[in-house]
Amino acid sequence: MQLLRLFRTTTFRLALIYLLLFLAAVLPLLGFIYWSSLMLLERQTDETLASEVAGLEELYRTSQLAGLIEAVTTRANRADGGLYLLARPDGTPLAGNLKRWPGPRDEPQGRISFDYRPKDGGEIRPARGEYFLLTGGVWLLVGQDVSQLRRIEGLILQALGVALAATLCLGIVGGIVTSRRMIQRLEAINHTTRDIMAGDLGRRVALKGSGDELDQLAENLNAMLDQIERLMVAMKEVSANIAHDLRTPLNRLRSRIEVALISLDEGGESASVLERTLEETDQILTTFNALLSIARLEAGTVASRRETLSLAETAAAVVELYEPLAEERDVRLVCEVSGPGHMTGDKDLLSQAIANLLDNAIKFSPQGGTVRVSVAPSREPQTVEIGVSDDGPGIPEADRDRVRGRFVRLEASRNQPGSGLGLSLVAAVAQIHEGRFVLEAAHRTQPPGLLARLVFPSLP
Amino acid sequence: MRILVVEDDREAAAYLVKGLKEHGHVVDHAGDGAVGLEMALGGPYDVLIVDRMLPGRDGLSLVNALREVSDATPVLFLSALGDVDDRVRGLRAGGDDYLPKPYSFAELLARIDALMRRRNPDQVKTRLVVGDLVMDLLSRKVKRGDTVIDLQPREFRLLEYLMKHAGQVVTRTMLLENVWEYHFDPQTNVIDVHISRLRSKIDKSFPSPLLHTIRGAGYTIRAAA
Repeated sequence: MQLLRLFRTTTFRLALIYLLLFLAAVLPLLGFIYWSSLMLLERQTDETLASEVAGLEELYRTSQLAGLIEAVTTRANRADGGLYLLARPDGTPLAGNLKRWPGPRDEPQGRISFDYRPKDGGEIRPARGEYFLLTGGVWLLVGQDVSQLRRIEGLILQALGVALAATLCLGIVGGIVTSRRMIQRLEAINHTTRDIMAGDLGRRVALKGSGDELDQLAENLNAMLDQIERLMVAMKEVSANIAHDLRTPLNRLRSRIEVALISLDEGGESASVLERTLEETDQILTTFNALLSIARLEAGTVASRRETLSLAETAAAVVELYEPLAEERDVRLVCEVSGPGHMTGDKDLLSQAIANLLDNAIKFSPQGGTVRVSVAPSREPQTVEIGVSDDGPGIPEADRDRVRGRFVRLEASRNQPGSGLGLSLVAAVAQIHEGRFVLEAAHRTQPPGLLARLVFPSLP
Repeated sequence: MRILVVEDDREAAAYLVKGLKEHGHVVDHAGDGAVGLEMALGGPYDVLIVDRMLPGRDGLSLVNALREVSDATPVLFLSALGDVDDRVRGLRAGGDDYLPKPYSFAELLARIDALMRRRNPDQVKTRLVVGDLVMDLLSRKVKRGDTVIDLQPREFRLLEYLMKHAGQVVTRTMLLENVWEYHFDPQTNVIDVHISRLRSKIDKSFPSPLLHTIRGAGYTIRAAA
């Protein structure tokens, strides 16, 4: 698995390609070395043979066949690897240390390679020789044992093979090492990016300090992230500032309406217009306040009051608060608890988050539907989870991330009252509790419903 | 009732003073913390309404100074800082109640009423009575006339709070804070549903209702006139 991953990396493939190119260059070179050293050795043998042949020929010319036979016999008895054969025209030996003519003799002179068995027995050995026809119809063969030569050839071949293998090994190991280093650095960048996508916008890619391409990439990524963070902060600040700055005039507007209402008779037309205005002002103020509390939660300026609490009890209290509402809407509200679910948190904020989830679940449940609240240890270790599920239309997978944003309301919910800030607040509460907020389908059947899960680190 | 408003936002103060006067209170106004402290020490007031952020001397230190000279006048903090920890800090400094801005005037009036009531507590009661509705706090039984009314624990606490503030307006936020101990407003008005449930138990089969809805403000429980 690890190897497969390694192979898929660009660096490793690059290393392989380099290795192949290198091999393409090295193989002919090695071949040339092999071939030329072979040639050198063979030429040496051939030159020795040629000079010997020349000497014997000279002797034949000066001292006739008898002299030649004597010389051949003498030389053949020297155990220096030299091979000699003087043969009659039909090939039967006259003198020398070969028992018979080893090959064809079509041409008047030529070169042959042959095997022979030495006189003293033993292995068949390789040899090379030169032969020619002397002027009396007599054939002369002068050869040289080349078994030594063959051994040297074998050694050269072996050495070259070892060199090739070493090249291959070094190439592959080098490829793996460099690509692993590369992978580790890229993996670090990927890891950081994933953290950032998971919401930790403050993370930055670590620099190695060498100023290489990867460092440059990291620097650029970091600069991009700074820019994104600035923009996001600016966007949040703008909405928070608008809310903050408009709150004071709205407050005054509200108190003016209230004071005006005091002096009006109840039930009059002006009074009812003012009352409706007051209600709408309250709606706007509620939205602004929600926006501001989310901004404060996200900015971490809220000193949330942490205490050890039971998630199950907290949830049960909110369920109790919503129970009459569910009954009024003809929705069954079920609370399933396994264990107390101890954790550290701000009870008020957690209650508010659970209340928002319940509010939504009841709002979107059809008549006769069931809203299920469950508190249980999560699948992940050392976490506790609260799930709120409904039988409503659910949220399409593509929209699930989006609905946590501010003011996002899906078409399906446009006709329902609400500010579109409920889930943003839940997400913010999850964030300051180091928890996760997950939305998924509640059922496999239609309608899918929505299951909202909050997963928090738990206490033992 | 004599009320001192310490608030630096002129316009907000003006409406506050006007509104309180309309409701029959005698109201003085101080524009900064130092003047506010001087006035609070000078005249006997029934309630102080103090903004948290003031020029001269901030609201917290004003109340601290008052409490140091054993002045126990009830103080209601007003503040744009509406978070729970601000609330806690305000109450710890000696405030008696805390109302985040924006507040509704009805909410403020209801809370001033509650503060006054707290100031003159009747001796610890074991029985609460509103008209023919009787709550026995020891046996935790509720009766209207001769009919025993069966209440869930939370309904009991809700009714108890309403009866302890009989005749006063009690807002939804006050109920959430005091009966449920939540300091946030749910998106849907769940309190209304709890009230209507309670109403069906204590009022439904009786000729004269005791639990009344006050439009734009909240609820009150009172005997028929």
